[in-house]
Amino acid sequence: MYPFAYHRATSVDNALATLASAVDGKLLAGGMTLLPTLKQRLASPSDLIDLAGIADLNKITATATVVSIGAMARHAEVAASEAIRNVLPALTQLASLIGDPQVRNMGTIGGSVANNDPAADYPAALLGLGATVVTNRRSITADDFFKGMFETALDAGEMIVRVDFPVPRRAGYEKFRNPASRYATVGVFVAETSGGVRVAVTGAAPCVFRHKDMEAALAKSFSAAAVANIKTPATGLNADIHASADYRAHLVGVITQRAVTKAIG
Amino acid sequence: MPNVSLTVNGKAVSRDVDTRTLLVQFLRENLGLTGTHIGCDTTQCGACTVHVDGKALKSCTVLALQVEGKTVRTIEGLADGEKLHPMQEAFREHHGLQCGFCTPGMIMSAVDLLNRHKSPSEETIRHELEGNLCRCTGYANIVKAVQAAASAPRG
Repeated sequence: MYPFAYHRATSVDNALATLASAVDGKLLAGGMTLLPTLKQRLASPSDLIDLAGIADLNKITATATVVSIGAMARHAEVAASEAIRNVLPALTQLASLIGDPQVRNMGTIGGSVANNDPAADYPAALLGLGATVVTNRRSITADDFFKGMFETALDAGEMIVRVDFPVPRRAGYEKFRNPASRYATVGVFVAETSGGVRVAVTGAAPCVFRHKDMEAALAKSFSAAAVANIKTPATGLNADIHASADYRAHLVGVITQRAVTKAIG
Repeated sequence: MPNVSLTVNGKAVSRDVDTRTLLVQFLRENLGLTGTHIGCDTTQCGACTVHVDGKALKSCTVLALQVEGKTVRTIEGLADGEKLHPMQEAFREHHGLQCGFCTPGMIMSAVDLLNRHKSPSEETIRHELEGNLCRCTGYANIVKAVQAAASAPRG
């Protein structure tokens, strides 16, 4: 790691004021991506501003219509939340599949969403459910939030405070995991909401995306059979040593069917 | 250098540290607690697993400054004097180790998993130990040891 100054933020305002006064500051949430990045010397921030001490930033609330998760809620806290499981079990299940137990005890929803890793799980849930990202200064819909590989609509000096998920009629998440990293080779979040069916795919492309053909087919008939013959073009999909673009395209079909089956329960 | 104060295995400790000091370095180099191992140094192998406020995490990917004021338990803090912790005893009894390098992290994760699952199935144990790698591939006996510890009376 290159040298940096370390600050413990006492409030959201304090964190952002410290960030504004730093030459090249970074907000530190759970650190499960940021610290490995620093250790590999892929980034050299002048200042790290630790958000872990800010009261109430990890608050979780759930009603029959909205699940609201504070930016600093750890994946393990979401996975273990009875309140969320009662209304949105697909989300607790998704959280229980992120990384491994030790990583889930540190990693946060705000960190994951702000980082927008192409293979992260949470972006699929946000986009699949039509969630709203609430920052210190505005609300951003998931459709507008995820801009590209590691890119979001967040401005410099803006910070996620919480994420609000509307509770769907039913939802399911299925993930084909890379066995080593446990990131999604392909992950699909399917939700039947009051505003229609939404299908969000992570891991397959440079950024999480909605699969409109799948959505249209599921709107007609919410069943695995309805999407069995829908082809996903391989053009533009990710290819690496673990899976070719063609293979990922095939997986999108298989994993979507499984996610629908899970949603039906 | 900033100061960090915390409780490690029941003792209050306070040291001045470089901001970049990882918790695992702090434990090994500042406190001499070398039971916590550095395996991959990339958050994958779990050899560096310790408990912070009762929860398992990988100490190679946490800054010492992040655990200010918290309570840390390492492998050295498990036994009661000469009496091994039931999980350590189970690993010994069931030969849950070969070279032993992954063992401290494996045991700390196993203790954490039994804190959350009172009678875990073999599947649950394997899923819960996904963050710990054994390069000797000695998983069969590790799982056996955890199963034995789960069914042993706990104090």
